[in-house]
Amino acid sequence: MSAVIRLDDLTLGYDGHPAVHHLHGAFETGSLTAIVGPNGSGKSTLLKGITGALKPLGGRIEHAGISVREIAYLPQIAEIDRTFPAVVSDLVSLGFWKSRGLFGAIRGDDRQALDEALQAVGLRGFEQRPIDTLSGGQLQRALFARVLLQDARVILLDEPFTAIDERTVGDLIALVQHWHNERRTVIAVLHDVEMVRRVFPQTLLLAREPIAWGATSETLHPENLLKARRMTEAWDEHAPWHDHAAKHHHHGDAA
Amino acid sequence: MNVFQIFIEPFAQFGFMNRALVGAIILSVSAGPVGVFLMLRRMSLTGDAMAHAILPGAAAGFLVSGLAILPMTLGGFAAGLVVALLAGLVSRFTIQREDTSLAAFYLISLALGVMLVSLKGSNVDLMHVLFGTVLALNDDALIMIGAIATVSLVGLAIIWRPLFAECLDPTFLRSVSKAGHPVHLIFLALVVLNLVGGFQALGTLLAVGLMMLPAAASRFWVRGLEGMCALAVGFGVVSSYFGLLISYYLGVASGPSIILVAGGIYVVSLFFGRRGVIFTRVQAPRHRVA
Repeated sequence: MSAVIRLDDLTLGYDGHPAVHHLHGAFETGSLTAIVGPNGSGKSTLLKGITGALKPLGGRIEHAGISVREIAYLPQIAEIDRTFPAVVSDLVSLGFWKSRGLFGAIRGDDRQALDEALQAVGLRGFEQRPIDTLSGGQLQRALFARVLLQDARVILLDEPFTAIDERTVGDLIALVQHWHNERRTVIAVLHDVEMVRRVFPQTLLLAREPIAWGATSETLHPENLLKARRMTEAWDEHAPWHDHAAKHHHHGDAA
Repeated sequence: MNVFQIFIEPFAQFGFMNRALVGAIILSVSAGPVGVFLMLRRMSLTGDAMAHAILPGAAAGFLVSGLAILPMTLGGFAAGLVVALLAGLVSRFTIQREDTSLAAFYLISLALGVMLVSLKGSNVDLMHVLFGTVLALNDDALIMIGAIATVSLVGLAIIWRPLFAECLDPTFLRSVSKAGHPVHLIFLALVVLNLVGGFQALGTLLAVGLMMLPAAASRFWVRGLEGMCALAVGFGVVSSYFGLLISYYLGVASGPSIILVAGGIYVVSLFFGRRGVIFTRVQAPRHRVA
């Protein structure tokens, strides 16, 4: 197995304060990984770092053989303007961006791909529905359809199932597993530990510093979960600056 | 007097009325869709700010060569672009948002413009720059307006899709492409371009009216983006025609007449539009079986 994304002593944060501290490890090609941890543990920050939206404060993120523009990213709080006069097929068609670019025309087979994507997420017949009439779950289905059309090798999902009903979650999980079977690399931030155990073979347990990273059954050991819960969320305004000469001290045991 | 005499003759008989109508119609076609995007991006007041921002450039052109079209247009365009760029840069590299930085720069720009005009001109000149003279459009001005409208429409067609994406889901656009920021700037340039096109006819302050009022009115009638753009153009054309007619018969200023007709259309739409106040209130609270 080869790594598609490798993190090398990665520190990400805001205003010099680390939100993800000294993270070492790799996401294997085709792996299905859950990122778990308490609020403020740096999960979303890590995804932003991987998409390139946030520059590392220290260390490196290596993308093997893919550019950051080829990563499909579904943020936790989409900045979608629900009042904009667009319909579902407009929103989902944005997924053609990579293949059709800025000016390329949407072609006949694209139309079919769009139909299939909407069908796959259970939104058939919603093509012309204005987006301001969608429920939260329907919007999330539409965004998954857009990820489908993006046809990305790496897919990042930030809390994709928050405030979504059971049936929708079931449908979307099936889609995630389908991506896994297609050997796409999927990384999802999640809170539902039971679901992680059921669906995700790999887990990264994060509490600003990596607590554990590896097979889900070992990572989600009660001892590790307890350790994660003890994480302090507050920034220490007077914490000393990191001495770069001594960068090889590690706080966690990242596998 | 028959109908023809009332509605057609003023334009057939007088060259200045004819040119005023042609100029205002071209402006309506060009500015309407830009206004729709401004409205949908919640930047309606940005148009107003930019209209103030072009003043010092126009004034500088005026100082150099009097009330000639080309220097004032180029100067206005340059000043508007500088303000848009500076505001964009400040919001990009500091924590200040674009609305605040834009306000700061346009106020500086406005004061500078008024000062420049006062260096040489009289109050009459200032009124001309601020409120325009649609009845004094000559052939050069018409050619200029036509060129500006052409560039604006072609430009908007080219950036239509990225602009659409940028409005709908900016985070997504950022994740797949670097086009977001340039597209925003090109769009602001189109706004400035339409304002300098309009200020010969309507002046810097009223030029925004032909951009925003038809767009704002159109939203009360239709749901789709293309429909809004088309309707905004239609409202602009109707406002131009009836505004000039009213100005002709009542002997009132033409620029304000055009904008007031557009304002009237807005108010009527607000109340009687399909998605306006009255219709959404009196609509029986019935619903379909599924």
